[in-house]
Amino acid sequence: MAHTLDLEGITKAISGMGVEEGALISTLGNSHKDHRKLFRKASKSFFVEDEERAFEKCHDHFVKHLKIEFSRFTNAVVMWSMHPWERDARLVKKALKKGDEAYNLIVEVSCTRSSEDLLGARKAYHSLFDQSMEEDIASHVHGSQRKLLVGLVSAYRYEGKEVKESSAKSDAKILAEAVASSGERAIENDEVVRILSTRSKLHLEHLYKHFNQIKGSDLLGGVSESSLINEALLCLLKPSVYFSKILNASLNKDADKGTKKWLTRVFVTRADHSDMKDIAEEYNQLYGEPLAQTIQEKIKGNYRDFLLTLLSKSN
Amino acid sequence: MATLKVSSHVPSPSEDAEQLKSAFDDRACSFTDLIVSVLDLEDLIFFDYLGFHSQIRDSHCHGSKSVNFLDLTFDFCEGWGTNEDLIISILAHRSAEQRKLIRQTYHEACGEDLLKTLDKELTSDFERAILLWTLEPGERDALLANEATKRWTSSNQVLMEVACTRTSTQLLHARQAYHARYKKSIEEDVAHHTTGDFRKLLVSLVSSYRYEGDEVNMTLAKQEAKLIHEKIKDKHYSDEDVIRILSTRSKAQINATFNRYQDEHGEEILKSLEEGDEDDKFLGLLRSTIQCLTRPELYFVDVLRSAINKTGTDEGALTRIVTTRAEIDLKVIGEEYQRRNSIPLEKAITKDTRGDYEKMLVALLGEDDA
Repeated sequence: MAHTLDLEGITKAISGMGVEEGALISTLGNSHKDHRKLFRKASKSFFVEDEERAFEKCHDHFVKHLKIEFSRFTNAVVMWSMHPWERDARLVKKALKKGDEAYNLIVEVSCTRSSEDLLGARKAYHSLFDQSMEEDIASHVHGSQRKLLVGLVSAYRYEGKEVKESSAKSDAKILAEAVASSGERAIENDEVVRILSTRSKLHLEHLYKHFNQIKGSDLLGGVSESSLINEALLCLLKPSVYFSKILNASLNKDADKGTKKWLTRVFVTRADHSDMKDIAEEYNQLYGEPLAQTIQEKIKGNYRDFLLTLLSKSN
Repeated sequence: MATLKVSSHVPSPSEDAEQLKSAFDDRACSFTDLIVSVLDLEDLIFFDYLGFHSQIRDSHCHGSKSVNFLDLTFDFCEGWGTNEDLIISILAHRSAEQRKLIRQTYHEACGEDLLKTLDKELTSDFERAILLWTLEPGERDALLANEATKRWTSSNQVLMEVACTRTSTQLLHARQAYHARYKKSIEEDVAHHTTGDFRKLLVSLVSSYRYEGDEVNMTLAKQEAKLIHEKIKDKHYSDEDVIRILSTRSKAQINATFNRYQDEHGEEILKSLEEGDEDDKFLGLLRSTIQCLTRPELYFVDVLRSAINKTGTDEGALTRIVTTRAEIDLKVIGEEYQRRNSIPLEKAITKDTRGDYEKMLVALLGEDDA
């Protein structure tokens, strides 16, 4: 028999995010069947010994795990090749199917894209699903979030340089009052919805300054009990911070299946925009480590290389 | 069908621009100049703008005589009118694309925006008609919408009309033009200037980007027809679901829903909504919304009829509808108007309007001899 299998190496190659394809080819691919038996016997997390019948059975989650981890690269490539409008339309559709916990995706798409890109997503939605994005959202979301979500995706915000300072100031006061008095019902408050879903981003930036002056507290410090409102504000005012936070969440080793997928989404949807660079800088500031380094350390194989390429492209 | 008549041999934009320039150059006076030149102002005792009747001193009999200025003006305009005719003969017979080119060429040749010149040279209703007509459809709708957010009363109707009788693409162009012209979004202005139920409905309507295909989900139509029936029965006209359906569903889907409604309940939705309080302005708007989404030509006939029959004529509505629909469906509207009022639209208009304003409208109706 040739050298024994590097059990630790193989296990490492398939744990974590992504898969070390090269390592698997040279070790597992190259292995003798007796070595593989040893591998199965030793990998208690992936295989379970059926002692009565003398063979090692696959854990369900071994296959599942491999499927997921191998497919990260595939999904990234498919998503990357897609037209951004189709990408965003599909993201919104998926979020609607998932329900409540995924509505932050709708907020993300509607608040971080440019007016033209959001409009494009709505066009793609017509083409892909034979209905309008807003009608789908309106008929699937029944709770208090409907007004805000429909409002956000229907926006076609002014993107120029003009701002009416007095309007921004009065809106700041209105927002402050609305959030303070409505508590968790703020998300249904007509004025909150109006301000968040119709005003230009520049107007909101000026509003932000006035709000902080008036209240002496940070508008972006979790001003509302509603997480969707807080998220909308962050996406509209400081998208780099928002994206850095969700990147960080996705890279956490205790992140759940859904959260881990955020990593691909952020990279693929932002790499074409100038803010990928800003996101990387913000990440560095917030978490003390360059994003590239974190990716290098925590991600494996083609998936890692793909992400790093997307990242370096934007520099 | 459109009523706009454009001949097969159209002069080049620069030729048109030249002609327009000459029309303006010859036009040396405004209405005021006209009055001044017609009369020695010392003779003027009383000038009633609205009724056009006035008293002037009659130097011959040391008394006074009453004069109908309108008639006087017309006498004079016979000589002066040629140039408005020229303006009408050109602009009223060009498509939107052609008018855009003329405007560009005029600006290059004369250094001024054609609209600005028109503003300087023309008066009131005629000017308004020319202004609206010369603007590109998107800009026109943006202007109408912006005006509607400034006034208070029937403005809601104009907003709803623009939002519901345009195609998704046309509404989109209006929103883009609004950004460019007013440095704000249409929805933020509408939201800022409306409240309560009106805001809910109007912001949703102007923000819609409806699917425009013919696909219809019959099960959904059935469900939503039932839903609407229940809400209306309880007089919950501003219910969120009612607004949701009207402002997000495609027009094909909405039509299917109301057909279903009629099948199930034996009466048309608009009939059901007549049960409500006549003074309920929101209900009125809701009914107009439904009419615009399902049978726009009937909506326009209704507005035209009340515009023309009002004492003094609501030129605003008349101008708006003729200029915004001439290139779309004014022909169908005219046919429907005649069917319901036993008088051709053109006749109703010429009975109630005069001068260049009347000529312009008639030209847009495709009924002039040009």
